[in-house]
Amino acid sequence: MIDTKYFYKGFKSIKGVGSPAIALGASFIAIGALLKNLGFTIQESIFSTFLTYALPGSLVMAESMLIGASLINIFIAVWLVNARLYPMTVALMPLLMHENQPRWKYYLSCHFIAVSSWLIMKDNYEQIEKENRIDFWIGIGTATWTVAIFSTVIGYIASDFLNNDIMIGLAIVNPIYFICMMIGAMKTMQIILSVIFGAVLGPAFYFLSPEWSILFGGFFAGTIAFFIGEKNDK
Amino acid sequence: MTSNIVIIIIVTSLATYLSRFLGVVSAEKIKETSKMFRWFNCLAYSTLAALISRIVIFPSGSLQETDYSVRFIIVFLSILVFYLTKKNLVYPTIFSAIMLSIFSSAL
Repeated sequence: MIDTKYFYKGFKSIKGVGSPAIALGASFIAIGALLKNLGFTIQESIFSTFLTYALPGSLVMAESMLIGASLINIFIAVWLVNARLYPMTVALMPLLMHENQPRWKYYLSCHFIAVSSWLIMKDNYEQIEKENRIDFWIGIGTATWTVAIFSTVIGYIASDFLNNDIMIGLAIVNPIYFICMMIGAMKTMQIILSVIFGAVLGPAFYFLSPEWSILFGGFFAGTIAFFIGEKNDK
Repeated sequence: MTSNIVIIIIVTSLATYLSRFLGVVSAEKIKETSKMFRWFNCLAYSTLAALISRIVIFPSGSLQETDYSVRFIIVFLSILVFYLTKKNLVYPTIFSAIMLSIFSSAL
């Protein structure tokens, strides 16, 4: 069903110099501590990371609960902040699709799409033959997801020992990891421009609408980069 | 488990899975060699960059308590560490956490 050779190869991506384990661990330790302070039980905290596995979404959920937002408002707020997963999925799945593979693998494993697993897959997919990429991806996804769930538990248990300075230190790890990974991924004109324009336009649109800034900023930045790149990459 | 919290968790996960699910549905019709795929690739990278730079410039949560100039210096130094260590991702991340913890406890 799943080729264990490729699964294991993907799973091993959490080891080594490019490992996302530290960045993921740091952010989900912070989430675990945050959920405990919000009054979640340990089961609920595990359940949350298990089912959502997207950091900004969990943060928005926590913030919405603090201000007592309604369920529909929580849904919209989370959907908006996690809508980036849509272009990410569209930009990843065609690389993994193969006619010999069953569809359920794609619909199930899309749950693993998060920034770190996505960037690792984008960085490594060319080394794997197309037919086996989905199993490789499931390996990466299972590994990063497991790290996230474990770290949530650690953060929950250790929350009393995590003072404010440590929490601030943990909070910077994830953005730094992503910045470095993005810089590493800047190989074509289109990607270089997408990253630069996105980094500028995202915060610029924040002044117009904090909720929509990422989507609007990302949309305009990516579209401009696409057209400039199409003209110049040929 | 409190039923209220469980419902909130389920709502959050559905709102998150929705984008992933629709992404696979769309991906079924998009070839990796098409223009459409390249456009979405740009959108994915630009949206990620927008998200990350927003976290650094307009953070929420505990990062809010740090000064933006401190955050910029740490981002800059971490990128430097990333290049100095031949694109190792472990060193700059650990470095940034220690630096920011020290900065924020000293200031």
